[in-house]
Amino acid sequence: MLSSKVIGESHGQDSSYFLGWQEYEKNPFHETFNPSGIVQMGLAENQLCFDLIETWLEEHPQVLGLKKNEESVFRKLALFQDYYGLPAFKDAMAKFMGKIRGNKVNFDTNKMVLTAGSTSANETLMFCLANPGDAFLIPAPYYPGFDRDLKWRTGVEIVPIHCVSSNGYKITEDALEDAYERAHKLNLNVKGVLITNPSNPLGTSTTREELDLLLTFTSTKKIHMVSDEIYSGTVFDSPDFTSVLEVAKDKNMDLDEKIHVVYSLSKDLGLPGFRVGLIYSNNEKVVSAATKMSSFGLISSQTQHLLANLLSDERFTTNYLEENKKRLKERRDRLVSGLKESGIGCLKSNAGLFCWVDLRHLLKSNTFEAEHSLWTKIVCEVGLNISPGSSCHCDEPGWFRVCFANMSDQTMEVAMDRVKGFVEDNNRGTQKRTMWNTRRRSLINKWVSKLSAVTCESER
Amino acid sequence: MKQLSTKVTSNGHGQDSSYFLGWEEYEKNPYDEITNPTGMIQMGLAENQLCFDLIESWLAKNPDAASLKRNGQSIFRELALFQDYHGMPEFKKAMAEFMEEIRGNRVTFDPKKIVLAAGSTSANETLMFCLAEPGDAFLLPTPYYPGFDRDLKWRTGAEIVPIHCSSSNGFQITETALNQAYQQAQKLDLKVKGVLVTNPSNPLGTALTRRELNLLVDFITSKNIHLISDEIYSGTMFGFEQFISVMDVLKDKKLENTEVSKRVHVVYSLSKDLGLPGFRVGAIYSNDEMIVSAATKMSSFGLVSSQTQYLLSALLSDKKFTSQYLEENQKRLKSRQRRLVSGLESAGITTLRSNAGLFCWVDMRHLLDTNTFEAELDLWKKIVYNVKLNISPGSSCHCTEPGWFRVCFANLSEEALDLALKRLKTFVESTDCGRMISRSSHERLKSLRKKTVSNWVFRVSWTDRVPDER
Repeated sequence: MLSSKVIGESHGQDSSYFLGWQEYEKNPFHETFNPSGIVQMGLAENQLCFDLIETWLEEHPQVLGLKKNEESVFRKLALFQDYYGLPAFKDAMAKFMGKIRGNKVNFDTNKMVLTAGSTSANETLMFCLANPGDAFLIPAPYYPGFDRDLKWRTGVEIVPIHCVSSNGYKITEDALEDAYERAHKLNLNVKGVLITNPSNPLGTSTTREELDLLLTFTSTKKIHMVSDEIYSGTVFDSPDFTSVLEVAKDKNMDLDEKIHVVYSLSKDLGLPGFRVGLIYSNNEKVVSAATKMSSFGLISSQTQHLLANLLSDERFTTNYLEENKKRLKERRDRLVSGLKESGIGCLKSNAGLFCWVDLRHLLKSNTFEAEHSLWTKIVCEVGLNISPGSSCHCDEPGWFRVCFANMSDQTMEVAMDRVKGFVEDNNRGTQKRTMWNTRRRSLINKWVSKLSAVTCESER
Repeated sequence: MKQLSTKVTSNGHGQDSSYFLGWEEYEKNPYDEITNPTGMIQMGLAENQLCFDLIESWLAKNPDAASLKRNGQSIFRELALFQDYHGMPEFKKAMAEFMEEIRGNRVTFDPKKIVLAAGSTSANETLMFCLAEPGDAFLLPTPYYPGFDRDLKWRTGAEIVPIHCSSSNGFQITETALNQAYQQAQKLDLKVKGVLVTNPSNPLGTALTRRELNLLVDFITSKNIHLISDEIYSGTMFGFEQFISVMDVLKDKKLENTEVSKRVHVVYSLSKDLGLPGFRVGAIYSNDEMIVSAATKMSSFGLVSSQTQYLLSALLSDKKFTSQYLEENQKRLKSRQRRLVSGLESAGITTLRSNAGLFCWVDMRHLLDTNTFEAELDLWKKIVYNVKLNISPGSSCHCTEPGWFRVCFANLSEEALDLALKRLKTFVESTDCGRMISRSSHERLKSLRKKTVSNWVFRVSWTDRVPDER
């Protein structure tokens, strides 16, 4: 009676990525009310610069009040459902995106399609570029949500481009060719490559060399290049962010109709609740079709109005981008040093809201089962929700994504203490019960083991 | 270009239909009382602009809602981060209660069975993804909302098979028509997954009768298929009758909590009743847990902005506001509809007797040169380009009889409406057809929907003619 999309499991939500969240929801850390709860480090949110936006909102009360020059704009907004989007908002987004790229790239609002979040943008692009059964090549490890966003309702397949720690997970020509061949062996028609730049979960921006390689590859194979640049405003360290559009310009490919960029305000501005995403494409047919498809996920006009005003304030955006980088870097540095104190290393990162952490030395064996059991321990006993590399389709067991921008400084310290405690226990080779472990035991007893993958038992 | 999907290269978006082309013409030359009084008057847009003042005055009295404050304190951060696809609980509760209020509190809606979506456009597509495989079919009574061709079919691969309704009985759904549609689907080798109705109907402006609803529920029960009831116009019912929801019928037939009730789903939105299409607020209501679960995950592709959820949960939780709004909305819609209907009558044009919606289903068959769709299109072009009124031709709504048009009345000022009627009257009087009309010469078929006899149309019997061979 129901479609295979409902009965099947391709929504991808049985992955540990989502299951960890569920465990957190049952027992969330709170400094005052639940200090032994699970600390959420699996959510790539940017909570570091809300004060800047709040200040702006206080200084501009008209905007939220749906007024412009003392006149109400409520009616106009209430009726505004034009899928071409609010012109003032698109202008502001174009300027903002240009600024993030040091104005090395200019964005034409006619090539922009607004969508309810990058989740919607990515799916819409798949509907436009691929037929059911076609494939996109994606460098692994990649964002777990892609399994749902790109594949579920579209019928498109993902073939991973294997990247490895031995070279810092850089995309190589061999890896690209290998992925392409594997797709063909599986009888899949490759329609393009999709990268996230800066990368989730790695926290690194794609180098100019890699982008050059990618564009050469996609243009040779005559396939599409989709660059999800939703973390572009989170590059806090060198090298500077390089957009695929910049490299395309250098290669005289700036009008190439097979290059598409996805953006969103969920990460840079920390506004995932407002559902703001977009597709940017030189391809008229794609822009035209995607615009019509955006009917299925338009941005609330109330929100477009708010953000048109916020983002057209140049003083605000310049200050915000600078401060955002500063605070992200500080927070990242704290995480890295905290982990280092416990003998844990990370991939050197320059962007994003998370680090790619190396816990291989804590595995009982170099297997994904061992990774899973380590993860279970970290969630249930250490009380940190972090994301295991396997959920990101990483080829090597032992890597974890740990978020750092979605919590207060104090919470970060708590998390670092727990890591220290865990590693010390581990080194001692015993399951010594520390005070917070004992408190946790009683909580564990209350947990219902609904998860097929995670079972938190009281006696370890 | 093989580079792009077939969804891009084909015309499955359905946007080459005249429905959308009329809008484009309007955009080029839009009427404005002061700056462009000879421009095109938009009567093809089913918007509700009659009660904004009520919402505006509520906003002025309750500034916290739009200012993202709760008891004077900013909750900006909380909202900025809120992307839970289960939706804001207060908002879903307020939606459930609003939907109950519209139905006279005769039925209850459980907020846990609501899935929020970015507009009913998103809700309808998502339901298709949940209920149908590519190639499966849904039966829809004609005439229907042109947007369905895109919303239900384009990306889902589902098919629509029409349930032919005709003016001979006021376009009501009959058992024969249902069975014929079902058989037609089978002839086309399409697996029928369900029936989708819009109640009240777009474009007819009529609410389904209890008889039709009973018929539909019996039909889907016997065929073991789904019923989707798009009730986005439920709050625009202005007639003497009260709105009967499919949920009322399930209750009356004692089918609540049965297997059949799991196959009945309602779609709702605030775009029509509250006049807020820009805010993108829609919902699916289903008794089937699996559908609620899957649709909830799918709503990731079209969540409602938390900023908007917060504003509307405050608005809709104010029961004094909602009851005043619903009452006033009805009153103003009724008065506007009357104005349109009487204006048309004075031009010798009749309408299907309506009791809901933001438009009338207007009978212009007597103005056609021939009883054909080509003639309908000719007439439409004349009305768009010469009379400068954008109205929607019945063919764009898949009507099987030429000559019917959907004319909206709630999206323009009274002055614009009066001007439109004046232009139309002038046009009709200038045509040969207009002069030939004799109101008393023929009897008009009575609409089975009516409880009282009213609005008989007397017109030259074009139906006696043999359709033109073209």
